[in-house]
Amino acid sequence: MSTESKSSIPTDSEIVFGILNNSENAIKRLYVAYFPMVMQLILNNNGTPDDAKDIYQEAIIVLYNKVKKGYFELNSKLKTFIYSVCRRLWLKRLSQMNRYGGDIHDFNDYLPVEDEVEEQGERDIQFTKMQSALQMLGEPCKTIIEDFYIHNRSMQEICESFGYTNADNAKTQKYKCLQRLKKLFFQQK
Amino acid sequence: MRDEQLIEAIERYLSGEMNADERNAFEQLRRENAELDTRVIEHQQFTGLLKQYGERVELERRLNAIHQEIDVHAIAEEVTVHPSWIVQLWRDHHSKISVAASIAIFAVLATLFFTGYLNNNNSYTELSREVGRLNRSTTDMKKDINAIKKGRVIAAPDKSRGTGFAITSNGLIATSFHVVNGADSIYIQDVSGRSFKAKAIYNDPQSDVSILKVIDTTFRSLGQIPYTFKHSESDLAENVFTFGFPQDSPVYGDGRLTSASGLNGDTLDYEISVPINPGNSGGPLLDSKGNIIGIVRAKETRLEGVHFALKSGYLLNAIKNIPEDSLTKVPVLNTENALAKLTRQQQVKKIKPYVFMVKVY
Repeated sequence: MSTESKSSIPTDSEIVFGILNNSENAIKRLYVAYFPMVMQLILNNNGTPDDAKDIYQEAIIVLYNKVKKGYFELNSKLKTFIYSVCRRLWLKRLSQMNRYGGDIHDFNDYLPVEDEVEEQGERDIQFTKMQSALQMLGEPCKTIIEDFYIHNRSMQEICESFGYTNADNAKTQKYKCLQRLKKLFFQQK
Repeated sequence: MRDEQLIEAIERYLSGEMNADERNAFEQLRRENAELDTRVIEHQQFTGLLKQYGERVELERRLNAIHQEIDVHAIAEEVTVHPSWIVQLWRDHHSKISVAASIAIFAVLATLFFTGYLNNNNSYTELSREVGRLNRSTTDMKKDINAIKKGRVIAAPDKSRGTGFAITSNGLIATSFHVVNGADSIYIQDVSGRSFKAKAIYNDPQSDVSILKVIDTTFRSLGQIPYTFKHSESDLAENVFTFGFPQDSPVYGDGRLTSASGLNGDTLDYEISVPINPGNSGGPLLDSKGNIIGIVRAKETRLEGVHFALKSGYLLNAIKNIPEDSLTKVPVLNTENALAKLTRQQQVKKIKPYVFMVKVY
């Protein structure tokens, strides 16, 4: 399967429907198809392979969210969209590092994608806050919260895996944990 | 209602676990109580963010897993622009190369400049005779100093010399413009050594023609001019000869007309194979019938035996263009050729008195 996914570049609609249907294979094929392009952009503009990975994954996430929300219209090519987002992100990163020399060596056409990138940036800030809040929350709260709110496990299951004697205790524990998490989350600047 | 129970109610409401009655009651309460409404929205947003965060973590994990399978190094190799060795060399050593190149360029330019190569006309020497200026200046100065010491008046040496020939019997002389260019005064000297003062009455720098008029009172009419002037162009391979003063005594030279155009295709000129030297400039070029077909003017120094002569048509134009107020009467050119049937020796003997050394001071 991996040889097949490497050899053929998937069509744009295949990818979009694949993402909408949570197809693991679609994301993989997408990832493999355009990574060299982004690698080329980053490496030839003062970046390392690790930078390329970060930027590329961020761009894939932007695309993923856009598709999931149903905002992605197939009027521009996926390739161009990904390239544009990566370009934008990399320019941002370069200027943050004060390494931006004023021009970028381009390999592709690109679109204005400032809005998408801005939106992504704000969301990332929220997620970073959430991550550190969860970190500070500690066990067992972190696992209870993640199990219930992220992994959609029932209180019954959680109750069993944590060995609470009755569900009410578990609920109380979950409530306290959530309150602490909110506090930790909103405390952060 | 305790806060814990409130949250639980909100969660049940949001997840759709309430039955219809409970739901209606809750919605009713929510409409009436703004605080409750805010709490619902707040909770919804927060848990939503938590959910999205979870999804993001999961997506990143998946992407990382995919990334693990990619041969990053190979792709990096492939997409890096590998400059050719010459670009690499330039990047590594460009400062040194630049310095070396500037020195080289400077050296070449300096060499060209000092050898006079930058002067385009270098290979094209006009044949006026710069009379041993550099070589002779030292001896001249010595002589002058001696003369001054002895209190003798000295004749100034002429600056340059050329040849000229009569176009009318009353003393109109044709020569090359470059011979008399910049002259303070001009003298012509005939074969027997008599000098007459002359002045340029018409100059055409474009075609390198100058018409002189003898203004010396001792000058007598030359008598019937033996040669005529050819109006049309002459043919290639025509046997031609010239007669001039590359040295103090007149020199005869002959050859063939080798091309109907001169240096770089210059149609003013003929190319001729007549051996000529500095001092021949301004001399007549005649064909075997004794017609003037041109004025000798230059040679190509890079090539052996390649010389140039201005076509006679331009000389005739120049004669026509002489301003009238410079003339006492309109010049009438000779139309009777007295040379056609003569041998070359006789022809040269005949034209001898009509060819002059032009001395420029």
